[in-house]
Amino acid sequence: MRPAAPQHGRSVHDVVRRLAALLLTAGCLPAYAAPPDTLEQRVAACIACHAAKERGDAFFPRISGKPAGYLYNQLINFREGRRNYPMMTYMVDHLPDAYLREIADYFAAQHPPYPPAQAGSGANAGAASLARGEALVRHGDPARKIPACVSCHGAALYGVEPAIPGLLGLPSDYINAQFGAWKNQVRRAAAPDCMADIAGKLSEADVAAVSAWISKQPPDAAARPALAASLAMPLPQPCGSVPGGAK
Amino acid sequence: MKKVLVALAGLAALAVAGALFVLFRGDDDTGPPPSVTANLAPAQKIARGAYLARAGDCMACHTTRGGQQYAGGRALKTPFGSVVSPNITSDKATGIGGWSADDFWLALHNGKSKGGRLLYPAFPYTNYTRITRDDSDALYAYFQSVPAVSQANQPHQLRFPYNQQFMLAAWRALYFKPAVFRPETGQSVDWNRGAYLVQGLGHCSACHSPRNALGAVSGSSGDSLSGGLIPVLGWYAPSLNSDAEAGLGDWQQEHITALLKTGVSPRATVFGPMAEVVRESLQHLSDSDINAMAVYLRALPAQGVKLEFERDKGPQATAFLTAGAKLYEQHCAECHGDGGAGMPPGYPPLAGNRALTMEQAVNPIRIVLNGGFAPGTAGNPRPYSMPPFGHVLNDNEVAQVVSYLRSAWGNNAPPVDGNEVNRYRAIPLD
Repeated sequence: MRPAAPQHGRSVHDVVRRLAALLLTAGCLPAYAAPPDTLEQRVAACIACHAAKERGDAFFPRISGKPAGYLYNQLINFREGRRNYPMMTYMVDHLPDAYLREIADYFAAQHPPYPPAQAGSGANAGAASLARGEALVRHGDPARKIPACVSCHGAALYGVEPAIPGLLGLPSDYINAQFGAWKNQVRRAAAPDCMADIAGKLSEADVAAVSAWISKQPPDAAARPALAASLAMPLPQPCGSVPGGAK
Repeated sequence: MKKVLVALAGLAALAVAGALFVLFRGDDDTGPPPSVTANLAPAQKIARGAYLARAGDCMACHTTRGGQQYAGGRALKTPFGSVVSPNITSDKATGIGGWSADDFWLALHNGKSKGGRLLYPAFPYTNYTRITRDDSDALYAYFQSVPAVSQANQPHQLRFPYNQQFMLAAWRALYFKPAVFRPETGQSVDWNRGAYLVQGLGHCSACHSPRNALGAVSGSSGDSLSGGLIPVLGWYAPSLNSDAEAGLGDWQQEHITALLKTGVSPRATVFGPMAEVVRESLQHLSDSDINAMAVYLRALPAQGVKLEFERDKGPQATAFLTAGAKLYEQHCAECHGDGGAGMPPGYPPLAGNRALTMEQAVNPIRIVLNGGFAPGTAGNPRPYSMPPFGHVLNDNEVAQVVSYLRSAWGNNAPPVDGNEVNRYRAIPLD
């Protein structure tokens, strides 16, 4: 027979012990009460594609490690209809600026290893096209007033803080699609819209050459975007998305 | 051929109705004379109007994505074609800067533009007619203060015969009676305030009511809230007076107000078009107005009967659900729990969640396919999210898991099949 539990006069010690036992028990159970209060948990919807699909999809862009200002601008652009990808617009449609800023900061701080390069449209590029691509990336085409990619995206092409994205590790199909979107004005940014201006000057062959060459450069997960101070002002092309870049 | 005959018969009936309308137009209850707004200082009047514009969610239709506030241009897709919202900024040439308070009232109360042109009921004047002249005048003052944007109105893209004014005249004869809300003396102040907001500015019936073949909601005074599939958008707006759907009779008052004000509650989370309504409109309303709406909604007379579903216990049907249970375990249980209790308000409970068990299964199917965030509101500024599973699960697997959700933990609704899932993959997301 078990002794009857005392009904009254419980000692403080007893109460503390019981509370501790309760807490321990609760700790052993799955956390039904509240989900972890982390951004990783909150943005599970983003990670479902941007962790998984970046590894195996020839179209998906890498967003990890991109400058936070760039990511934030894109989230706003999706919400305000300046970029068009229905799933992205649907996701961010009802989210406030401050939260989008936090989400951008979260992904900017992630630096997972790069997946193996995707064999996209750039896989079949010939030597001449790759050479043309490299020339455009490093030197641009001064005669046609096309600036070099490196003049804004950083000498190593890992982007520049706070708002210019890195280009390495992007699939060629994704890059091609973005140039198409800039040319057709379905991807827009704060005026003056530098990339739309540049895209307007590039031929299809130029775009294919640039995207093929970029997609073939092995990226380094330890690399980081260049510091803002490294960017020579004024930019070769006025850019409304870059602080101080509009001229 | 049969369809054509039906359409012709409908047209003839409308023409007759239109003629009758002209002959015997009903009387117009313009409500109590204005008493409050006229005595407000201009800034107060504008502030009052701004608040009411939030309650009416005017922005949702009169602003395009990323466009200038209230400059119009958003195409509202209907089964009859697109209705393009007009510019309602204070611009004199392209907006309503040249309108008088009487012109504005005519639009809100009678559904007529300045000059008498009949407006399409995509502008929910069948609800806004409930608004008092006092509130109309405050709204007018506010819109006259909205910075002028010069942007010409775009023509509607409606098919014949829906683009004809005579059609509108006939439609109005059948379905529209201008009448300001009159408080019911037997009801509380809160109930009356809630009824006024729900039936009028809130225009809840615009989505939460079934529409007939001519796009009219049942019941003329905005008090029919028996649920409806939102045309083109493809979400189901549940009945607000059926306990089998989103009837609130057995909800605690504070859970209703939490849902309306923050988008999340211990019992459910808003999604789809309602997420927009909470973010753009309801979260900005005062606690007392939200409370009043909850009082009114809770008191709606219960309608609709819960159909008892007799489940097929055969081996095939059982295997289908078992497969769904396995998928649930694999993909859903981590957040929604083995017992479907969820982790509210972050993750809604699924056991007893009526969003899953309504006859119309479109909402849970779309949520599984597309996932999404609860709306970010002042009360829930960093919402949790649900991952999309459209790229992870095939049509049959989505059907299995949704069918399981409709069968587990006391939920009891018919299964869905892969064909139904496939239909909703094609609906545009924005």
